[in-house]
Amino acid sequence: MTSGTSDARMEKNLLVLLERTRNVYGYIPDDAVMDLADQLGIPVVEVYAAATFYRALPLKPMGKHTIKVCKSVPCYLKHNQPIIEAVERELGIAPGQTSHDGLFSLELVNCIGACDKAPAMMIDDDVFGNLTPEMVAEILAGYR
Amino acid sequence: MPQKSLVLRNCGLIDPQDVDSYLARGGFEALRWVQSGMTPAQVIEEVKRSGLRGRGGGGFPTGLKWEETARSPGRTKYIICNASEGEVGAFKDRYILEGDPFTLIEGIAIAAYAVGATKAYIYLRSEYVHLAGLMAHAIAQVNRNGLLDGGGQALEIELRLGNGGYVCGEETALMESLEGRRGEPRVRPPFPPSQGLLGFPTVINNVETLMNVPWIMAKGADRFCEMGTPQSKGTKVFSISGDVERPGTYELEMGSSLNELAHEIALAGDVKMVQVGGALGRIVPADRMEVPLSYETVLGAGPVIVFDRGRDVVDIIYRTMQFFAEESCGKCAPCREGTQAMMETLARIVDGKGFRKDLKALEQLSGAMMLTSSCGLGQAAPVPLMDSLRYFSEEYDTHIRE
Repeated sequence: MTSGTSDARMEKNLLVLLERTRNVYGYIPDDAVMDLADQLGIPVVEVYAAATFYRALPLKPMGKHTIKVCKSVPCYLKHNQPIIEAVERELGIAPGQTSHDGLFSLELVNCIGACDKAPAMMIDDDVFGNLTPEMVAEILAGYR
Repeated sequence: MPQKSLVLRNCGLIDPQDVDSYLARGGFEALRWVQSGMTPAQVIEEVKRSGLRGRGGGGFPTGLKWEETARSPGRTKYIICNASEGEVGAFKDRYILEGDPFTLIEGIAIAAYAVGATKAYIYLRSEYVHLAGLMAHAIAQVNRNGLLDGGGQALEIELRLGNGGYVCGEETALMESLEGRRGEPRVRPPFPPSQGLLGFPTVINNVETLMNVPWIMAKGADRFCEMGTPQSKGTKVFSISGDVERPGTYELEMGSSLNELAHEIALAGDVKMVQVGGALGRIVPADRMEVPLSYETVLGAGPVIVFDRGRDVVDIIYRTMQFFAEESCGKCAPCREGTQAMMETLARIVDGKGFRKDLKALEQLSGAMMLTSSCGLGQAAPVPLMDSLRYFSEEYDTHIRE
């Protein structure tokens, strides 16, 4: 997401253009990579190089909602493993996969800055903290 | 020393959605005072005199950074606020932004006046997307009230959201990312005050650093200097988590002891060790917790993680190294290969398949990484490992058969 920019050089900013692409399709399709390379007059590999660097610019279609469970040390200390297992059970998928109905993708991520309410996870833009395995089903139901 | 309320003085007392509540508490008075009564050089002098140093972990004197930027040739200068808080255990900038986006904006405006910048970026990490609306709203309110138009030339503040990547908290990687490329650190020198964003002189400061500025301008450098230690003036905001009863964000005078933060304030129990500074931070064993928190001793960007007696040090260090191996940007070999090799070795040790010679190899590799990595990530990744080997070698021994 970007607020309006007055800087003309930022209009040719590859990341800004990739963000726009992602916001339309939910991911970066190969065709869009080719188009962006043409549009900016840069090699295709340069577009891929940028996109593959960033977690939030996926090259494959994602579920409608992305669940990111924090796996860093502060959440680990507060028993994040049962939370991860509860999400896996609820959706029938492992980290890195998307549910069959296309609703949810599950990722394990590094620190999301919610260690004061560990264990924590994000669903899209929302943060959920002080999680227990019992809370998971109810939270997910809110996104179905 | 009791908790202080300087950086966090408005958190909880103003409505972060309402600039009027900030104005009612004296908001933007420092900026008006600066713009009407001080030259840019005087502002820089005051910040230098305050002894304010970077709160993002680097500790570089803020006034010197501003002075160098102001003196660099050319009319185009940039301010960047580094809100890419990605260190493990760090959430103090999140707390600050949630509670008081306006002081940050005022601090940015004072910095812009001091160095002659008309454009500022706030780079917010993608995991703080939930704060993007609040921040954008605060900027819009400030603009609508014409609060940034006073200094002779208007200031434009633009919010940019990152796309994920720990290393984008490194200042030159952040600039690469702002310019639209992979977030890989640049070779330095040149440093940002001479060549930063798009090659122009740039001040890049942490959120907390800029939060200090309006207070210093309003109350004066002398009062700021009354707090802290000889090399660490003012306060520090910490985010403490792990095995404590009261995790959270606390502001203490520089030089307060780790004991006070962990035991008295956050109510830690039977502590084995504390990691001060996040994944990159130093390990402090329980019997050394009298240590004052300051640049002279141990500080970092603010994350403090507490580990109880029952925790397995080797397992914790393995997980920390896994974090580095994942987050290494891959640009330089010592970090890319070094973190991976360390992670694999530690995994074997945790598994009970390690050998004594592994420890020697880890030590040698540490030296090479510290000397030859291109940025702070690779240089500091071995630090917690080496600290743990120093203080808890017996724990490694119990994992190693032979």
